[in-house]
Amino acid sequence: MNEIKPTKSIGVPTPLVDGPEKVSGKAQYSADFMPSDYLVGRIFRSPVSHAEIINVDISAAQALPGVKAVITGDETDETFGILPVARFEYPLARDKVRYKGEPVACVAAVDVETAQKAVDLIKFKYKELPAYFTSQEAMAEGAVNIHDHRECNIEREVDYDLGEVDEGFEAADLVMEETFNCAEVAQSQMEPHAAIAEYDPTRDFMTIHASTQVPYYGHLMLAKVLKMEESQIRMIKPFVGGGFGCRTECLNVELICALVARAAGGTVRIVISREETFITHRGRPETDVEMKIGLTKDGVITAVDFKVIQRGGAFSGYGIVTILYAGGMVFGLYDLPAVRYKGLRVLTNTPPCGAMRGHGVTNVRYAFESLLEKMANKLSIDPIEIRRRNLLLGPKYETLNEMFINSYGLPECLDWVEKASNWKKRKGKMGSYKGIGIACGHYPSGASKPVNWSGEPHATVHLKLDWDGSITLLTGAPEIGQGSTTMATQCAAEVLGLDISRFQSLTSDSKFTPKDNGSYSSRVTYMVGNASIDAAINLKNILIDAAAKKLEAKPENIECLGEVYRAGTQDEGLTFNEVVKAALEGTGTITVKGNFDTLPESWGTKKYRGGAISGSMAYAYAAQVVEVSIDPDTFEITVDKVWAAQDVGKALNPLSVEGQIEGSVWMGMGQAISESTQFVNGLGITNSMLDYKVPTIIESPSIKVGIIESVDPHGPFGAKEAGETSLVCFIPALTNAIYDALGVRPLDLPVTPDRLMELVENSTTNKEAAE
Amino acid sequence: MSEKRNKTLLHCTVNGKERDDVVKDNMLVADYLREVVGITGTKIGCDGGECGCCTVLIDGVPQHACLRLTATCQDVEIETIEALAEQNRLSALQRGFHEKLGTQCGFCTPGMIMAAEGLLRENPSPSEDEIRQGLAANLCRCTGYIKIIEAVQFAIDELGSKGKAA
Ligand code: FES
Ligand code: FES
Repeated sequence: MNEIKPTKSIGVPTPLVDGPEKVSGKAQYSADFMPSDYLVGRIFRSPVSHAEIINVDISAAQALPGVKAVITGDETDETFGILPVARFEYPLARDKVRYKGEPVACVAAVDVETAQKAVDLIKFKYKELPAYFTSQEAMAEGAVNIHDHRECNIEREVDYDLGEVDEGFEAADLVMEETFNCAEVAQSQMEPHAAIAEYDPTRDFMTIHASTQVPYYGHLMLAKVLKMEESQIRMIKPFVGGGFGCRTECLNVELICALVARAAGGTVRIVISREETFITHRGRPETDVEMKIGLTKDGVITAVDFKVIQRGGAFSGYGIVTILYAGGMVFGLYDLPAVRYKGLRVLTNTPPCGAMRGHGVTNVRYAFESLLEKMANKLSIDPIEIRRRNLLLGPKYETLNEMFINSYGLPECLDWVEKASNWKKRKGKMGSYKGIGIACGHYPSGASKPVNWSGEPHATVHLKLDWDGSITLLTGAPEIGQGSTTMATQCAAEVLGLDISRFQSLTSDSKFTPKDNGSYSSRVTYMVGNASIDAAINLKNILIDAAAKKLEAKPENIECLGEVYRAGTQDEGLTFNEVVKAALEGTGTITVKGNFDTLPESWGTKKYRGGAISGSMAYAYAAQVVEVSIDPDTFEITVDKVWAAQDVGKALNPLSVEGQIEGSVWMGMGQAISESTQFVNGLGITNSMLDYKVPTIIESPSIKVGIIESVDPHGPFGAKEAGETSLVCFIPALTNAIYDALGVRPLDLPVTPDRLMELVENSTTNKEAAE
Repeated sequence: MSEKRNKTLLHCTVNGKERDDVVKDNMLVADYLREVVGITGTKIGCDGGECGCCTVLIDGVPQHACLRLTATCQDVEIETIEALAEQNRLSALQRGFHEKLGTQCGFCTPGMIMAAEGLLRENPSPSEDEIRQGLAANLCRCTGYIKIIEAVQFAIDELGSKGKAA
């Protein structure tokens, strides 16, 4: 018999299924939709940081020829927001403005010049209120409340005390503490936000294309603020130029676009500028971390006590989740017997922050890994060794906050980076102004409880099989460049043993694709991958039954070889197309579905309020070694090389996994050495790609990726998170490398040359003084 | 309505096709391509000259289409990402970006590929450093640039002119 084998897809480096469109210019992003009769939408934004609105006079703007609609906060009194408990934002400000650049009004006009002119004619009368740009100012006694219902401008205070913390510190041989400050950073995705809303007045129907990671949440919020039936809205996510969390919640852009389109009775396109995109950023908040760790003389952790303050901006966004992640995710990397946490999420008069890649976890991990390293030095324990002494005693490990860990590849990650970087030979021996450092990190594979608990499965995938023998994968999972559609296709193809060229896909169009919660918290591979497998198994069973009937055999005796189904090795079998024909007989086109649900054991702890946050089906692990050189004159930092090992469970698509790890290491580097959004009296002064400094190709290092596969028992083919964990490790690995090079430890991010120079100068004067 | 602006009768070549268009004097090449010619492969990622997403070739030289006024393009030849595929086949650079994952979200990709195209026409076997120099005006937020460099190297190999330098 000829050798027929099912085609393998999993574990095979696979270029993205939508790559050809991207490299040929055919991929259409939201701003690329320009129907002939569209109107241009432009937003009028608040010139002040905090004020009562007295009047928004739009009469002159309305009177301008070519203007089709002008709307203000009067257009809707419905709020939006990602968290049901903190939905206080209006698409267009009402009563008050709370940050510079907050949308106040929007114009729709025949062309961009007219729209801009109309915006310039809007007269905004307001009474200024005191404004607060730092957490400390906002929490200071006597500060006015930015939101009436949030006393002292505290959005949420979180605390827990798990295990015997005081006893832990008493038992410690070494207790140290340190305070860190991490600047606010923004996603700076390459595609500025855009939306195009087509309102059909005859049907009272809204169709919207938007650059979003969460079309489902967008859909919900559109219905809410428009006060329309959800069924009267069609939400489409076209190609999206990067996410990183900037679009993990519905943004005001798509809401305003829909509101003004309805007011104008037509189609409106809003493409906001880069400056406005920075104002809408939803990045990682400025964070202060006070970290205290107790160790035995052997370097075993006895207790941790830490405090986190996040400057959240003017609205909550994901804020409550961020401050809960910051607390909860301290667990799960090392064995921690006792932890005390206090977290404060603060409201300020700056643009709202959100859920940036490495959400909630990054800055705390930076503080933890830095302090642990400092203590290791004090105890003369090798930094890799001290981490080994604190490993989880798992897998099958339960943390104090009831995170269940079923796969744990951290030990292998440490082994890999130690060997690949030639750590033992090089640590501490790199010569002057050169150093290497290590750090570890972890990240969940999706939150086990979604922010909008509806009782539906976490993910649903449809597969449509038709007479032509092609299979269409339908998923709501938003492809944002991370390769989710390729991943879902590979999962289905693997189960069916078919080449992925048999598949086509349709994604994120509410009219056709099943609902999906969205691309955030690294949930898609885990959840949608599993749903895709489930759908493919269901389809395969139908095909096996059809083949069995045709071959007059029992289904359990049918062997599926992908392109051939046969009853035993001597049987010539049926081709896939013949099986499809048999399966469609009497029933027609087949659509099957697959679902995924999380297990209740992964839903987090009830020991403290908000303990569900951090609960995940699986956690990815990483260890990273960073090599730096510092210019002795300018203190400029060059990252020479990075060794990044990540336990991704199973690399479904090793090409994509590498790309994700490289991209996240690199993004961590930006936060570590150059990125920060800055404000002067609430005015963003880094709102361009020149002032907000993401690394260019010139200073980007070579990154060696080590893929570790712990094969998670519940992950799709064992897979888990791949796109965030390595970002988390980079920052402390870098500052640890700087310590190795210079003997000074940066505490504040980003580590700019000025700051580093100052640190070195202070340390030399201190040494001189001590002598 | 916007008042009458000065307009220019423009004659130029876009992707090998000659065109005559009346264009407003303040129109940028990026908008001309996207809105007048109607090809949206060229992306706009910033407020002017910051990101490189809009890179096209003007008379063979990579330029930011968001910084050049269309009216100054009299008799020039403009090439965009849409022109690169040859006889319905992706070009070596396009294949490199696809197969080596030099593109994730794809938003920087058209500009990145056009910058690389300009580089390879000028220097068919650039070293890694020269590739970095050639793409220094183009930002990418997804890849960390590693696979972009590999994509360009793939194209160099494909085009049979492998560089001798490392
Ligand atoms: S669009 Fe950014 S440089 Fe032209
Ligand atoms: S691929 Fe997304 S910005 Fe380069």
